[in-house]
Amino acid sequence: MSPVDGIGIDNPDLPVDRAVTEGRVPDRSPQEVPELHEVDCPPELRERIEELMAKYPDRKSASIPALWAVQRLYGWCTPEGIRQAAAVMRVTPAYLESVASFYDLLHTEPVGTHKVAVCTNISCWMRGGDQLLDAFREAAGEDVDFFVTGFECLGACDIAPMASIDERYFGPLETGEAATAIEQLRAGAEVLPEKALEKRPLPGGPDA
Amino acid sequence: MPETRMLLKNAEDPALRTLAGYKGYGGYATLEKAYKEMEADEVLKELEDSGLRGRGGAGFSMGKKASFLPRGEMDKYLCCNADESEPGAFKDRELMQRNPHQLIEGIAIAALAADAGHAFIFIRGEYDSQADVLDAAVAEAYEAGYLGESILGTRRDLELVVHRGAGAYICGEETALLDALEGKRGNPRLKPPFPAVQGLYGGPTLINNVETLSNVPHIVRNGAEWFKGFGTERSPGTKVVSVSGCVRRPGNYEVELGIPTRELIMDLAGGPAEGREVKAFYPGGSSSPVLEAEEGLDLPYSFESMAEAGSMLGSGSIIVADDSVSIPHMALRTARFYHHESCGKCTPCREGTNWTVKMLERVVRGEATPMDLDIVASVQENIIGHCLCVLGDSMAMPVGAMVRKFRDEFEDVIAAASEGAPAVAERLPVVQGAPETLGAST
Repeated sequence: MSPVDGIGIDNPDLPVDRAVTEGRVPDRSPQEVPELHEVDCPPELRERIEELMAKYPDRKSASIPALWAVQRLYGWCTPEGIRQAAAVMRVTPAYLESVASFYDLLHTEPVGTHKVAVCTNISCWMRGGDQLLDAFREAAGEDVDFFVTGFECLGACDIAPMASIDERYFGPLETGEAATAIEQLRAGAEVLPEKALEKRPLPGGPDA
Repeated sequence: MPETRMLLKNAEDPALRTLAGYKGYGGYATLEKAYKEMEADEVLKELEDSGLRGRGGAGFSMGKKASFLPRGEMDKYLCCNADESEPGAFKDRELMQRNPHQLIEGIAIAALAADAGHAFIFIRGEYDSQADVLDAAVAEAYEAGYLGESILGTRRDLELVVHRGAGAYICGEETALLDALEGKRGNPRLKPPFPAVQGLYGGPTLINNVETLSNVPHIVRNGAEWFKGFGTERSPGTKVVSVSGCVRRPGNYEVELGIPTRELIMDLAGGPAEGREVKAFYPGGSSSPVLEAEEGLDLPYSFESMAEAGSMLGSGSIIVADDSVSIPHMALRTARFYHHESCGKCTPCREGTNWTVKMLERVVRGEATPMDLDIVASVQENIIGHCLCVLGDSMAMPVGAMVRKFRDEFEDVIAAASEGAPAVAERLPVVQGAPETLGAST
């Protein structure tokens, strides 16, 4: 549920980003910059974001990297995590939430620990990307540890059909390899070592 | 014709990723020459004279673009566009993964020409592994004094930051990239002012693609005349071409611009599977109007000949459809991508992509009439040129071309589906062999 759902229904006078919905009960308005002492930001997150801000001429440039840091720490961009980042960056939580909600890779809802993105775009579709996605979905089943999703072109049409598994690319995959990969993830084993993009040579051979 | 490897030379060597490996092949000697022995204007002139055209899609002269930056004391910026997200394109991924220092050297030399003190590599968030490679390479380059303050003891400084995006095709559009880099949602800006005049943080900004910048060390090392010895008069140099879809050996091939397209598709990439024929192909990524086999295969692969054929070289990414591929389904797949990626800022794109998807879904479900195809075509015409950026055009051009060139097939699909023929599954499995598996060696 998005934080703005139900706006204006119960209280038409309520400003949009003051809406309070289930599970998201900010103690202050998302329009106000939270103070650090109000947010209980873990020191490592604070240090990381300060380090990121120092890399740019304008601290706001660190918003996407800061949200990545929040997501790496909590698994997704939690409302608390966003408030913590906002306090460190001296921006409003509403601002960071607007950024987070724009990008496909930043999650504003809880997701599984293992992320599997299967490309379903043109070249992968031609080679069975849809079937591969079905196979991953079936193999993961209801297991909440897995976040399996179809994805727009991942930039690896040479290994179609392919998937990005925990941010590493694998392909070309047979549908049967979906179950293997899921089992390997469950067992904490190396995933499909033969299909890792990094191990693939150029198609033309050594200096063709 | 074999490949002509310049950017991908020695790319099979995993050591090329390291500073020591890169230097072993003569790397960073050009940066040293440029910083210690050349004036910024000399470097800029070399780039202009080379005729190097941007490899990101538009094909604009790189040197000319750099020359548009005003001179003066204000802060200037260089952004390397590594947000490669167009369906069919995967060349920048290869270049960054295999030869990150070539890119860093190119950025440093281009920054000298543009007098930029801050540079950024905006890499798409999905390329996590490649961003790690770049991070390591940038750290090595700082350590060795090729980046940072007083580069190689000169009075020149350059800060280089690898900035990871978070999954939005629109950020490959240069002004949306600037907004994303400023920490905002990636919405495109009104042009003019162009980024060369007012870009990142309001300062003059040069934005170039990974492959464009990777060419820079080669041009400055060997000279513009040498560079013009490759390719055609109006498309000098080599091009890393991503070939994918219905071919036996999909992958990146570096060739001189101007070679026959047939050689790229049929010889280098191996052509379609046994018993199949090429039906059509996108010559320059999913945003380029498709060409039918008979009109396109014998064209030289260059910026000018693709433009003359009513299409474009774009990012240099060929997607091949063989005779088993249903064009209406391919059009739908294409439209869905742009619909998903439209940022929503401009109405013709936001609504046009949405309605195109809905209409094409009606086509493949057999609920459309032939008249609807005219409406699809007219929607495409009303998107082109009416938005802040070309994302909408990028759907309108290929979809429009498919409806125009394969109208019979659209009508057949509608007729077959409406007559209750076993519904052509919306999620059509294309029957063909898996790509030839290459031995995992490196």
